[in-house]
Amino acid sequence: MSQVHASPRGEPLLEVRDLRVHFPTPDGVVKAVDGLSFSVRRGETFGIVGESGSGKSVTCLTALGLINRKSALVEGEVFFKGRDLLKLSNEELQKIRGKELAMIFQDPFACLHPMYRVGDQLVEAVQIHDDMSRKAARERVVELLAAVGIPRPRERVRDYPHQYSGGMRQRAMIAMALLHNPDILIADEPTTALDVTVQAQILELIERIKEEFQIGVILITHDLAVIADVAQTVMVMYAGRSMELGARDAVFDKPLHPYTWGLLESIPRVASKGELLVPIEGAPPSLINVPPGCPFHPRCPHRFSPCDDQRPDFKDRGGGHPEACHLSAEDKRRLWSEREARRTKVAV
Amino acid sequence: MGRYVIRRLLWTVLVVLVVTLLTFVVFYVMPPGNPSVRFAGKQPTPELIAQVEKQLGLDRSLPEQYAHFLRRLFLGDGTECPLVYRPLCSIESVENFVVLDTGGCATGVSGCGWPGLGMSFDSRTAVRQELIERTPRTLSLIFGAAVIWLVVGVSIGVISALKRRTIWDRLAMGFALFGISAPVFWLGLVALWIFTVKLPFSDSLGTGYVEFGNDPVGWFTHLILPWTVLALLYAAFYARMTRGNLIDTMGEDYIRTARAKGLPERRVIFKHGLRASLTPIVTMFGLDVALLVGGAVITETVFNIQGLGNYAVQSAVSADLPAMTGVVVIVAFAVAFMNLVVDIVYAYLDPRVRYS
Ligand SMILES: Nc1ncnc2c1ncn2[C@@H]1O[C@H](COP(=O)(O)OP(=O)(O)OP(=O)(O)O)[C@@H](O)[C@H]1O
Ligand SMILES: [Mg+2]
Repeated sequence: MSQVHASPRGEPLLEVRDLRVHFPTPDGVVKAVDGLSFSVRRGETFGIVGESGSGKSVTCLTALGLINRKSALVEGEVFFKGRDLLKLSNEELQKIRGKELAMIFQDPFACLHPMYRVGDQLVEAVQIHDDMSRKAARERVVELLAAVGIPRPRERVRDYPHQYSGGMRQRAMIAMALLHNPDILIADEPTTALDVTVQAQILELIERIKEEFQIGVILITHDLAVIADVAQTVMVMYAGRSMELGARDAVFDKPLHPYTWGLLESIPRVASKGELLVPIEGAPPSLINVPPGCPFHPRCPHRFSPCDDQRPDFKDRGGGHPEACHLSAEDKRRLWSEREARRTKVAV
Repeated sequence: MGRYVIRRLLWTVLVVLVVTLLTFVVFYVMPPGNPSVRFAGKQPTPELIAQVEKQLGLDRSLPEQYAHFLRRLFLGDGTECPLVYRPLCSIESVENFVVLDTGGCATGVSGCGWPGLGMSFDSRTAVRQELIERTPRTLSLIFGAAVIWLVVGVSIGVISALKRRTIWDRLAMGFALFGISAPVFWLGLVALWIFTVKLPFSDSLGTGYVEFGNDPVGWFTHLILPWTVLALLYAAFYARMTRGNLIDTMGEDYIRTARAKGLPERRVIFKHGLRASLTPIVTMFGLDVALLVGGAVITETVFNIQGLGNYAVQSAVSADLPAMTGVVVIVAFAVAFMNLVVDIVYAYLDPRVRYS
C-alpha cells in the first residue's frame, strides 16, 4: 500500500504509510485516523478534503509530533527525508518542526500569543533554529513580513497581534512558517476564518511561495472550490480513511467514489449557474462506532452486498487512481454519468 | 499615563470618602448602644451622660459629625486634639468627673497630626497613633504570607497542571482541598499547640509581635507560624486557580503555534503558557492583599498580633466610631490603591488592555 501513485515530479518528500491514530477515551476508542497512506512531492500542492471530523487535522498534527503520544495510539510510518518521524524523539522533532516542516492553522485570531509582539514571536522562531543575533533575526523577520505582503513591516513588527487584521495575522503566520525555508508547508484550513477576498489573497500567496521555493504544500480544507483552484493532487477523506486519491483533474472530472460524488454535487460549479445542489444525506459517523465495511455505506445510495461488512481496499480498480469503493470501474463510470445527467438536466 | 494615575488617585479619595460616610450613616442610624453610657462611670446620671456625649461629639447631627471628621481628615488634628480634651479637665476638676481620667487630659494627646482621625472613645488616645503602631504589624503579616502563598500556590498549581492525573496532581489537589476547608482558627491553634507546646520551640516561635527594627530575627521567627497559617488558605486557592488557568492556556492555539515553531516544551510552558495564565492571578492577588489589611482578624487574634484586623473587631464591639472609621479609611484606601496598582500592572502585562 506504500506506493500510492506514480510520481511525475520526483521522489516523495513526505510519505505517510498506513497511519493510524486512535484516542482512547472514556466513551470508547476514537479512531480519528485509520489506515491512511499518501505522499507529497516537492512543488506539489496536496489537497486534503473531507467533512468536519474526518481526521484531516489529526493526520497533520501527528506528522509534526504535535499529538500527545500519551493520550493517543499512533501506528504506521511517516517518512520525511529518509526518516520515520513517528520514531523520532521529542528533541529530534523539535529540530525539524518550524524548520523543515512548518504548519499554519485555521484560526489566525487565536494562533499568535496575544501578549507578545508579532515581531518578537517571529524573532523567537528564527533564533530557536538559527544561531543568529537578535538584530539579524529581526532583519530576517522584516524581510519575510514584507515578502508576505505586510505593509510597513519595519513598523508593524512592533505591533501586538490584536493590532493586526485577520488576514495580516495569517500572513504573519505564513511568514513565521517560511522563516527557515521549510521543505513542507502544512496549511490547515488557512482561509476558513477569513473573508472571501482575503481568502483569495492568502491562497495566492501560498501558491506563489510554493512555486518560488519549490516546497511541498499540504492544504487542508473542506472547500472543494479551494482545492479545485490550487491543488495538483486531491485526497478525499472520510471517517479517518482515504476514499479517493488522484490528480485534481481526474478527481473532479472522473470521480470514482460515491462520497466524492456527493461532495461535488453539494457545491456549485462556477460554469453552470442554475445547477441543483444536493447535500449528502445523513451525518458523518461517530468515530467511536465506525460502521463496519465501508464507513460511508449507511449514507451511500449505491451500496450493495459487500459494503456493510467488507472494508474495501484502497486501490486502483481500473478507474485510473486509487479509491476505496466496492463498485466496479464499469459501474462507477455508469453511475457517475447518470448522476451528472440528472444534475444538468435539472439545471436546463 | 501620569494623567491616568492622577485621575485614579482622585477617584481613590472619593471612594474613601464615600465609604467613611457610609460608616457614619450606619453608626448614626443604628447606634450599637450608646457609647457615652459606658464612659459615664458606674452610676451614670443623665447629666453626666449628656456631658460625655457632648465631649465625644455624639450630640451633634450626622452632617455635623461628618463635617467634623472631614475637617480633621484634611487639615489634621494636630491643633485640635488638645483642645478637645482641655475642657474635659475642667469638667473633671469642677465636677469630679473621674471616669475620663486619662493621661491625655492635661498634657495633650500624642500622635495627633495629619491625616487626623480623632480620638478613640475607648482608649482616649489618638486613632492615628494607634494605626501607625498597628499598620506595620499587619503589613508584616500580609507581606510574608503573600510571598509564601504566591510561591507555594503557583508552584503547586503549575506542577499539578503539568503532571495532570498523576499521583502528584492528586496530592497537590488534596492539599488544596485541605487548605481550603481547614478553618484558620483551628489551624492556627493546632500549629501553636504543636510548635510551642509539644515541640521545644516555644521561646523562639511564640506569639505576639516583635518589631523588625529591634530584633529582625525575632520578627521573623514570631511571624513564621502566622504567615504559614494565613498563607495556607490562599496557597490552596492559588494552586487551584493556577492549575485551571494553565490547563486552559495549554490548550490554546497559540501554544500549538509555539510548539509548531520548534520550541522546547519547557519554553512553551514557562514563556508562553505561564505568561497568559498568571495574568488573571495578578488581579486576584492585588485585591486579596488589600482586603487582608483589615481582614486578617482570626490570624491576628490567634497569634496575638495587635494589628488592624484585630483593632477593627475590638472597636466594632465597643462601638468606638473613630477607631472603626480609622480602620475603614485605611482598608478603603488599600483596596482602592491596590486596584490602581493591579490595573497598571495588568495593562503592562496584557497589551490588549493597554491599547483599548
Ligand atoms: N486529543 C483527542 N482526543 C480524542 N479525540 C480527538 C482528539 N483530537 C481529535 N479527536 C477527534 O478526532 C476526530 C478528527 O478530528 P480532526 O480535528 O482531525 O478533524 P478535521 O477533519 O480536522 O475536522 P475540521 O474540518 O472540523 O477541522 C474528531 O472526531 C475529534 O473529535
Ligand atoms: Mg481540522
